[in-house]
Parts: sequence; structure tokens; C-alpha cells
Amino acid sequence: MDPGCSRLLPALCAALADPRQPVADDTCLEKLLDWLQTVTEAGSSLLLLQENPCLVELLFHVVKSQDLSSRILAFSLRLAGMFAAQETCFQYLQGELLPMLFGEAGPLGGAAWTAPTVRSGWVQGLRALAQHPSALRFLAACGAVDTIFSLQGDSSLFVASAAGQLLVHVLDLAMRGPAEGHCGPQAHAWPACAQEIVCHIEASLRSTATPQVAQALNVLTTAFGHYHGLWMQGLWVRLSPLVARLLERDPVPAAHSLVDLLLSVARSAGPSPDGGLWETLAQTLSRLSPTQAGPLALGILQLQGCPQALRTQAFGRLLQPLACVLKAAAQAPGPPGLPEGAAGDSVTVDTLLSSKSACVGLLCCALAHLELLQPLPQRPSPWPQAPLLGAAVTILRFCNGSASPTSDVGGRLCTILVGCARVQRAALDFLGVLSQETGPQEPVTQVFAILLEYLVSPDSSPMVLKKAFQATLRWLLRPPRAPGCCDLDPHPQLFLGELLPVLQKRLCSPCWEVRDSGLEFLTQVTRSWGGQAGFRHALLASEVPELTRQLLRDPESYVRASAVTATGQLSSQGLHAPPASPEHPGVQQSLLEELLHILSTDAEGFPRRAVMQVFTEWLRDGHADVAEDPEQFVARVLQAASRDLDWEVRAQGLELALVFLEQVLGQRGSRCAYAVALPEAAPPGTLAQALRALCRVQLFEFAFRALFDCDRPVAQKSCELLLFLRAKAAPYGSPQDAGGSPDVASVEATLQRWQAGEQGQPLGHLEPGAVMAVLKSLDLEGLRDTLAESSDHVEKSPQSLLQDMLASVGVLSENEADCY
Amino acid sequence: MKLYCLSGHPTLPCNVLKFKSTTIMLDCGLDMTSTLNFLPLPLVQSPRLSNLPGWSLKDGNAFLDKELKECSGHVFVDSVPEFCLPETELIDLSTVDVILISNYHCMMALPYITEHTGFTGTVYATEPTVQIGRLLMEELVNFIERVPKAQLASLWKNKDIQRLLPSPLKDAVEVSTWRSCYSMQEVNSALSKIQLVGYSQKIELFGAVQVTPLSSGYALGSSNWIIQSHYEKVSYVSGSSLLTTHPQPMDQASLKNSDVLILTGLTQIPTANPDGMVGEFCSNLALTVRNGGNVLVPCYPSGVIYDLLECLYQYIDSAGLSSIPFYFISPVANSSLEFSQIFAEWLCHNKQTKVYLPEPPFPHAELIQTNKLKHYPSIHGDFSNDFRQPCVVFTGHPSLRFGDVVHFMELWGKSSLNTVIFTEPDFSYLEALAPYQPLAMKCIYCPIDTRLNFIQVSKLLKEVQPLHVVCPEQYTQPPPAQSHRMDLMIDCQPPAMSYRRAEVLALPFKRRYEKIEIMPELADSLVPMEIKPGISLATVSAVLHTKDNKHILQPPPRPTQPTGGKKRKRASDDIPDCKVLKPLLSGSIPVDQFVQTLEKHGFSDIKVEDTAKGHIVLLQEAETLIQIEEDSTHIICDNDEMLRILRVLRALLSIKFRCLHLK
Repeated sequence: MDPGCSRLLPALCAALADPRQPVADDTCLEKLLDWLQTVTEAGSSLLLLQENPCLVELLFHVVKSQDLSSRILAFSLRLAGMFAAQETCFQYLQGELLPMLFGEAGPLGGAAWTAPTVRSGWVQGLRALAQHPSALRFLAACGAVDTIFSLQGDSSLFVASAAGQLLVHVLDLAMRGPAEGHCGPQAHAWPACAQEIVCHIEASLRSTATPQVAQALNVLTTAFGHYHGLWMQGLWVRLSPLVARLLERDPVPAAHSLVDLLLSVARSAGPSPDGGLWETLAQTLSRLSPTQAGPLALGILQLQGCPQALRTQAFGRLLQPLACVLKAAAQAPGPPGLPEGAAGDSVTVDTLLSSKSACVGLLCCALAHLELLQPLPQRPSPWPQAPLLGAAVTILRFCNGSASPTSDVGGRLCTILVGCARVQRAALDFLGVLSQETGPQEPVTQVFAILLEYLVSPDSSPMVLKKAFQATLRWLLRPPRAPGCCDLDPHPQLFLGELLPVLQKRLCSPCWEVRDSGLEFLTQVTRSWGGQAGFRHALLASEVPELTRQLLRDPESYVRASAVTATGQLSSQGLHAPPASPEHPGVQQSLLEELLHILSTDAEGFPRRAVMQVFTEWLRDGHADVAEDPEQFVARVLQAASRDLDWEVRAQGLELALVFLEQVLGQRGSRCAYAVALPEAAPPGTLAQALRALCRVQLFEFAFRALFDCDRPVAQKSCELLLFLRAKAAPYGSPQDAGGSPDVASVEATLQRWQAGEQGQPLGHLEPGAVMAVLKSLDLEGLRDTLAESSDHVEKSPQSLLQDMLASVGVLSENEADCY
Repeated sequence: MKLYCLSGHPTLPCNVLKFKSTTIMLDCGLDMTSTLNFLPLPLVQSPRLSNLPGWSLKDGNAFLDKELKECSGHVFVDSVPEFCLPETELIDLSTVDVILISNYHCMMALPYITEHTGFTGTVYATEPTVQIGRLLMEELVNFIERVPKAQLASLWKNKDIQRLLPSPLKDAVEVSTWRSCYSMQEVNSALSKIQLVGYSQKIELFGAVQVTPLSSGYALGSSNWIIQSHYEKVSYVSGSSLLTTHPQPMDQASLKNSDVLILTGLTQIPTANPDGMVGEFCSNLALTVRNGGNVLVPCYPSGVIYDLLECLYQYIDSAGLSSIPFYFISPVANSSLEFSQIFAEWLCHNKQTKVYLPEPPFPHAELIQTNKLKHYPSIHGDFSNDFRQPCVVFTGHPSLRFGDVVHFMELWGKSSLNTVIFTEPDFSYLEALAPYQPLAMKCIYCPIDTRLNFIQVSKLLKEVQPLHVVCPEQYTQPPPAQSHRMDLMIDCQPPAMSYRRAEVLALPFKRRYEKIEIMPELADSLVPMEIKPGISLATVSAVLHTKDNKHILQPPPRPTQPTGGKKRKRASDDIPDCKVLKPLLSGSIPVDQFVQTLEKHGFSDIKVEDTAKGHIVLLQEAETLIQIEEDSTHIICDNDEMLRILRVLRALLSIKFRCLHLK
């Protein structure tokens, strides 16, 4: 601990112990604990206490005082636990202090115990303390384990959860060391403390009260999820019969916790577990309700080394809701094409039809689980692509009322699902995921048909529509069936003819979310398909490009931003709206001018940021409008960006400047913008020319201003840019050449004023020589290091923390702390 | 309690409820879909329409060719359009005591009822309903009267001839009752019979029932009605909306605990969400105008148009349509736009608060101020000077059979750049367009019907829990075109009772109680006897005084003392002379015990027969017949055994509830 902190600590401890000076802010105490934790981790706690007796005094004071706030009491409990984690320190504190804090003489059972903070502090203190065998004896001696048992059912969920974790931790501590290695399921071989805990778990598992069973299952889940001692196997062999017996009850108690436990055990056990785990899993799968079985089935399918029969059963269970839907919608009887075991059973049907919420919940879960499963390498094979597509399409048809089922179940499903946006969203997401698969062609036609129905339907909510656009995009952009084929597949091509009129209409929607989704879709589809003749032809024949351009003046800023991105993309691909029509001559300005206008006048940040991104891309890709006169383009953009109040626009301006630099000076060594790499120096003649160009576009003025920007990311980016430039231009002259000139001196003076916050004065015309001289004189590396530290690094120091805390309780006569 | 169903149209209802001693007509909607069978009435001479070929029978007989014209395979009546009136024969409409109007669309048949049936009662409606209803009627009369048509076709209505006609004329119902439009004079006379009411105002009808209008959320001043007596409550729900549009929100709570809920006026397009339709409307409008085309919106002069104008107010700038003129053409356009701004108390909360700023509640005022929206009484006059294209025109009538809309259909129908957007749900757009075929202009169907859909109805019924629901038969089964959509029907327990045109329903609940007041001095004189904890009974001897459907038990008059004949009886003293009031017998008769007691009292040769309603006790010797039924006992005898039998009965009966009628 540094001396400064040591000096402040006694006053702080005294302030904390004083009930008249309440600490207003909990986070200070947390920070104090964090700091002391790092101190104790770095050295001996005992030494720390000896050197700073005020800490022990604080703890003693807390023990004796009756009127301290609960947060100070909780803090002290945690602090004591933290110190006692080291055995030497534990011995030092054990005699009097620890029993008074954690034993029955302490807050336990007193008035303070009613505060959840205190109970939580007690549990966390013990959790920190329980690191050595002496701690176990202490726990036994003060009867803490019984308290932990009772805290498992605490009214505060935080306390209950922490108590469960502490129990597992104590169990692990007890079983580690001498006991480990010869701890079979036989109870007599286990240490007493472990024996007590396991007996408690066994009793809970036998209990008829579901909360108790859930507590036991949660404790075991934590154990199998976080601890990997050899004793775990013995524990499972001992407890698995009790767990299996839970399945005999009707309904199965605490099913969610049971699923978590079984999966946790299966994951921790590796590929070949003992104790009949696979059988238990299979039995659980068949016993649980469809809603509860879903997560278990997904978990099983994600396991390594799971027997094939169990995987098949799990997959079948996962597919059951969809099988029911397919069966309900089938016009003629026949197998829906799903794997064996998936056939919808009556329980699943009953769940689906029991209520709207049950039906929606089950279907959404089933779809979400299958969505998670699809990209996994261990997913079932063969993957039933066609029936899954069929199911997704059928669900979507039920939801929009276009299905005409003949069965009773189908009719009722239709009534439940029609207009249900939640299921629509889930099914569209799932449909999108299925686009990554190859399969038979026939369902693809149905997919495009239903997607089109959703895109066309006025009843599709904006969110559903967005999902429909996303799914459509994924289906349109899925890899071509014939490799090397340069144009579109016939399906998307046909679909496109119907899609563009819909897009056109959506871009005119009065709902801004819809316009926005439409524009995003257009941008993405153009990015991928801009080069395809079929797409180009269809798009240019439509009004979409013109409408997109119209939306640059949309009242909603998000839409304007998306319109900027979309028009930028269209223009990059040569697909922008045709020039002004003869009826309105002169109305239409060039897109570049329009975007520059947005950059300099739009009141919202999003459109301006989008413009900067588009311009950067245009410059990088050599867009025709830019290529005419890149210098003028960069100069105008930088001028507009430098005045912008949005730091992201300024940062993007630096990105554009960097692209320009690269084009003028040659590529950087690394593609990463923030990587420091010395580029190869450019030949002097070219370099001089390049620097003159940079001066002409006033890139330096922009970069220097940015260097002292009040927003750190901008300054950092500028620093990187200037470092790159300096390295690249190293051979150009030397500081001696220009360093003494009056030009350099005035530049440096201006920069100093800028650094001091007076950025009003312009830099004036710069000569390359002067720029290089200034660059070399600036401590850019130092600046970079300073910027690399977080902006609150000064305020985060422990000394600052202690000062803050003292100031807040009014001990410091003069408020020296900063506002942080 | 009976319900006479005079209209088959679920959203243009006309029912008569007989409840207690009152006869109440619930709405009088006018089914105008009949006009779709007629040729449009063009404002300007239309060579196309006047040159349509006459229709002749298959055998070439052309005797109907003056009355029927053929256009693109459809046959139309070339005559003044006629409307399908509510049934007038099912019940004598002169006996109707009051008519309750729920909204301005449901009063269009009022002049036919009040002026031609001998109706002498009162009509109740809210002020906006009356004012806007007047505008709708005025517009209708104006549309029809300004294009006089000499011909009134009637030959085709002959049943034998109608059979030979092609559909839909062949299937048109009740054509003999179709009538041409009323006159303005009839409208004024009908409206003069209306008495204005406010929401939650309680109106006594002859002391028998109380009627109360409640906000229904559908249109300015639209109401549902509660019709209740002391012990019965009937709710009449017609044209209600739970959406947030311009009117005051629907009052649902007051509908709770109804014995019967009559449910009419649900959305006509249950599969179309109004929000989505407004989106479609705006998008299609923008696309058309952007391409240089004109947009025609056939509409009523009030209602959804206010919401559409409000949407457009927010939309036109974003869609770059600020320079496009919007025209609203109707003989009542000006009044409609102005009326909407003055009924602040009938508007939703948001609009009400604007009035205090003070700002006009509807933004169409600003559209008018900025010249973006212009309104004209007709296409003649100023409009033709100001007319600029491309533009958007709102005009009537939505049936496309009369009004200025006919002119625009003729004018713009030939160009595919133009679009007609149907927003009113009352008419099938395909049928409306039939006489304009072949048509090049685009047609968009965006029906905006904010009335309750079936999901909302289901929630409403769960909320208000009526004992019985009565509704048009169309609501008790899925629409014929979507027979699998079981969600598009009313699903309630017990199942809703359905009605159809010209049907009389006996409503499934009996009136069991009547409220009778007891005068305080009579109540004081009662001596209740507790027969079980919490229940006490007392015999009451009193005079039942009934006036204006109010019943009062008054103390019985004291036995008249001989007064010496000097005092004159006062005229107002209408209590009947009743010297000695004997307590009435009441209670059910245990037959076995009765027979035994009769035997004890010396009757012999007693025979007992069971009947469907009770028993017959035959005292053969005494030549007496005693009919014992659930709620009556008749003793039929010609001799003086009556007194003996009564004595037996009196001994048997304790105080019970039922009356015993002695003959």
C-alpha cells in the first residue's frame, strides 16, 4: 500500500465506524473492497493488518457498535472474510473477531439480520473466508452450515443464490485434500461437514415441497457446473437414485432445475458417464411436458458422446410441436417427412391447444431451439430440411390466416395463431436460418410465396415486416446452386419481379420503421447483387432508386441515414436515380452535392455519420464523382466534418483522411487502423508532391485539430494518422531545415493554444516543410500513451477513492477531490 | 321480451325491442347496397352510359331494354336508384314508442319510418349524430335530386320477370319494397322528431324502463344504449370501436351485468387491420401521385375522412407531396369540416385538450389554411377554375352510383396512371366498379373499418359477461369465403342467439320481479317473523296503486264508518272501498295432505289425477273439481261446498309466496 493511502486510511476507518457520518454511496464501499482485495492478493494480509491497525479497529468497532448502518456491517463482514482467506491472517483474527462477526454472537439473529445486505455480506464473507481447512473447522464450530441451509430459502434471491453457492464451495473444500480420492458413494468415508451437507441435499430431494427440491437441484447444478473434483462422481452415484425418483412424481417437481442439473452433470461427466445418466436423461425426456422437455432436448443434442438412440429421442421431442402443426395442416393423411419419434403426441397437441399463451410459448421455443441447433456441427444428420421448411411455412400460413386446414386441430390452431406477431417473428427468423441449407427445390417456391405474402400484407406489423425482409434477404443471397453461375437463380429472379413493386410501396409507408427496413434491405441486396444483370435491369426499371433518393429528405433521421447508405450503395454500383426529368429541370442536384448538403446541414447525427461512411467508401472504391477531382472532394468533406459537433463524424473524417493518405502516399503496412507499423518510406519526389496535396486539402489542419479533440477516440485516431504520416514522410527534409522558420513557430504556438482549448484561431496556409517539422517536434508517442489510458485513470487511483470517500463524509476540511 | 328484426344488414341494423310495456326501435339503418344494381347518375352527360345497349332476354325479347342496360356483361337498372328499406310489415310501426339512434350511419332510413308509418313517438340521438346524420341525408338527397331522371323502372320488379333476369338482379331480395330517395322536406320533418341526449343521460320511458346512451368510440357522438328496468338490463351495442381515433373512447364498464346484450355493427372487414390499411392508403396514394396520376377516394363526407386527412397531414411532407392539392368535394364538405371542429366534448381526450390551447382539434384546419386542402360543394363553379392535376379528390358517394365521384370515374377511368382507392367498407368495390368496366385506372381496396373485430368482441364479452348475446346470423358462423376461419365468428357461452331479417326472437329470459314500493306507514305496521336466520316474512295487507308503471303499496283504507251521509266523497280518493280485507291464501299445496285433510273434513270419494302441470282433485260426491297447478289453484263447483274447501285449504297453507287464484 502506498504511503499516501496509508495516511488516509485511519481517517477513513474512523469515518466508516462513525454512525453519524453515513456513507451515501454503496459503490465507494465496493471500490474500497476491490482495492483492498488487490492489496491482499499482492501480499500478506496479516502484514497489512499489522501495518494498518485501523482496519482491525474498524472491525472491532463494528462488532461492538449497535447503531451502525447495515451497509457498513455488510462491508465489514466481507472485509473480514477477505482478510481471513489467508490462513495466517485467519489465525490472527480467529480468536475473538471472527466468531463475533460470523458466530451466533454476531449480527446473526439480531435486528441487523433482517437487512438482506447484512445476510448477503455474511454469506459473501464466509465465501471469501472458506479457503483452508481451518476455515472448515471454524464453520463447524460456529454452526454456520445450518444457517447457510436456512438461507437457501431466503426471501432475497441474491442471498438465496449466494447461500447455495457457498454450500457447494464448502462441500468442495471439505472434499478436497485428504478426503479426495477415496470418497465413494458410501457415506461413512466422507468428512463430517460434507456428510452434513450431502444429507441435507438428500433430505431436500426427498421433500415433497417443490421449493426445497429446487434448492437441492440448484446446489447440485452449481456443483457440477463449476467444480471438477474427483469426488463429484461419487456424489452423483450417491444422489442419482434420488434424482431419478423425482421422475416418478406427477408432476415432476422443479422440472427446469432438474433439466439444468442433468445437463450440467452430463457436460461435466464427459463422453462416458457412470450412474445410468443416459437412462435418466431418456426417462426425463419422456416424462417432462413438451414445454419443459424442449431445453433438455436441445441440451442433449449439444452434448458430446451422447448415444445415438438418445439423440434421436431428443430430436424427435424437439420436433414434436412442428410435427403437430404439419399434421394439423395436412390436407391428406400421410407422413410429414420428419424423423421417427417426432410424431406429434396427444400431450403436445393438448399443450398447443390448451391456451394461446401455451401454444405461442411452445412454438416459439421449438423454433428458437431448432434455430440454435441448425448451425452446430453436432446437429442431427440427416437434417430434415424439407419438413422443417414445410413447418415454418405452415406456421406462417396459420398466422396470416391463409391456411385452410381441414382437421379440428388445424382449425383451432388457426384461431389461436392468426395475427400472432410473436410466432410470426420466430417463424421468420427460423425460416431465414433454414436458408443456409440446401434441399429440394419445391419448398423454395413456397418459401418465396409466403415471404412475399408477408411483405405484401398490410397487416404485417413493422417488426414482422423487418423480419420478413431479413429472411427474404437470406433466401435471396444464399449461395447459388450451380457454382460459377454468374447470374441469378431462376427463383430469385422471378421473385424479384414481384418484390420490387412491394419494396416500392414499403418505401412510401407512413410508418418510418417500415421505410427504414425497406432501405436496409435494399442496401444489402444491392451490395450483393449490384453486379447481376438481372437485378440491375429490374431495379432500374422500377421507381425504387428514385424513391430512395426522395427519402434523403425524410422527416425521420434514422430513415435519412438509411437512405444515405442506400443511395450511396446504389450510386457505387451505378444504379442511382436517373438525372432530372425534363418537367423539373435543375431541381435535381448531383448526389454528391446532396450528400454534402446533408453533411453540413442535417440536424441529426445519424444521417451525417452515414454520409461520412458513404464518402469514405466512395473514396476507397474510386467512385466516378470522386475520381473526377479527389482533392476537391476530400477538402470539402474535411471542411464540413471538422465543424461537426458529433465526434463520430469527426472520427469518420479521419478515416476518410487516412484513405486519402494511403492513396496519395501508398498503402500502409498493416490494414489495422490502430496498428503501429513503420511503413516503407516513399520516394522523396513523390512524397513532396503528396505532401503538397495533403496541404492543399487542409488535411493537416483537420488532423491537428482532431489531435486535441475533447473526445478521446478522435484524438487517438488522429494521433495514429499523424504517426503513420510521420513515418512515411521521414526522409522529407529534417527538423533543422524548417524548424527555425517563423512559419513553424507560429504553427506550434497555435497548436499549443489549441491544446489549451482555444481552437478558434485557424492554422493558416501550411507548407509541407513546416508541417513535417511540427510533426517531428510533437511528442506523438507520448500523446498516444496518454490517450491510451482511460480518461478516468487519474480519478481511479486508490488515493483518489479514499479522498472522495473522506470528502463525502465531510472529514476533509477542504474538498480536494474532483467531481468524478 | 321480444325482438323484431327488420333489417338483414348486420351493420345497418333496425330492430324493435318489446320490453315491459314499451316498444323501442333500435336504429333504423338504410341498406344502400341495392343501388349497386342501378346505373350511375352522371353529373355531366356521359355518352358512354347513355349509349349502353338495352338488355334482352335469351329468346331475343327486348321488352325490358328501356329499363335494363348491359355493360361489360353486367345488367343494370336504368332508373333513379332505390334503397332497400327495413321491414315494415313485421310489426305495426305506428306502435313504436321511441327510436334510439346509435350513430349517424344507422339513421338513414329515419324519414321512411317517421313519415310513412304513422309513427308518433320520439327519436333519441346525440347532437353530433343528428347534425352529421343531417349532412349525410342532405348530401344523399342533393346527389339524387340534382340529376333528375325521368324514368322510374318498375317492370323488372315483377316477380315473374325478375326470375328471368341474370344475377345479381335475379337474387335481389324484397325488390317490391325498394323505394327511391326521400325529400329534404321529409328529412327535416323526421329530424324534428329527434330529442337530443348526452352520454350517460338517463331517460325515463313511461316509468317502465330507463334508456341511457354510452359512448361507443366509433364516430362523433356514436352511442351504445342501455335499456333497463329495476331488475332487467338490456345492452344494445352497435358500431363500437376500441381503437384510438377521434371520438371519445368506448364506455365498456357500463355494459356489465346485462341480461341480454344485442350486438350489431361489428367490422365488415374482420381480416383487415385499420392501421395496415391506412399504410396501404398512403403508400398507394404517394406512388400514384409521384407518377403524375390522380387519386380518387370515394367516401362519405364525415367519419374516416377526418382520420385520413390527419394521417395525410403528417404524411405528405415526408412523402414529398406538399405541392399536391387535396380536394374534398361534397355539398356538405364545408359544414362537415367545420362541425368536426366544434364538437369538442365528443372527441377523444387528446383532441379535447387542444381546444384549451386553443387550437382546432383536427389538423385539417391547417391543411385548409395552407391551401393544401380545398373543399367545394360540387365540381361546378369554383372547383373547375382551381382544378390542378395531379391531385387527390375525396368525394361521394362510395357506391359510385351518384354524386361527383361518377364524374371523376368517367374522367380518370381511362388512364392507368390514375388510382381509385376504396376506403369505405360498405360496398363491394368490384360491384361498385362494374358499370365502369372496362377500366384502365388502378383500383386499390383499403377498407378502413374501425369497428370491433371478433378478437375485441371476445375480450369485451369476457369483460362485461352478459347472460345472453343476441346478434345477426352473419356473426355466428365464419364468412362464407373463409369457412375455415373459426376465429371470424362470435365465440361465447352460452352460444349467441342469432337473428335474420323478418324474424321475431323471443329473448331467452323471463321477467321475474317487479319493484313495488311500500309506503313508510305501511312498512311500519308490518310485523316480520323470522322463519330462518336472516329471512323474515310478514303478511302484507295493502292496496296496490299503479300509475305510470310505478307500483306502490299503500295502507288499506280503514273500514268505512257510517258517516251519516253528510260528507261528500272526494273525487281524488280513488282507493276502492274495501270493507274487510281478508288475508290472501298462498303457498304450494301438498296434495296427499290435502286429500287426507279433505277426508277428515268429511269429503269422500276423492279421486286424484296427475296432469302435465299438476293435479286434479275430483270430489265426485260434492260435484267439485279442484285443479292444482304450480302457480294457481282453481276450485270449480256450483254449490256451497266452496267454503268448506277453502277452510281446508286455509288450514293447510302456511305463508308462502305464490298467489292462489280462486274462481
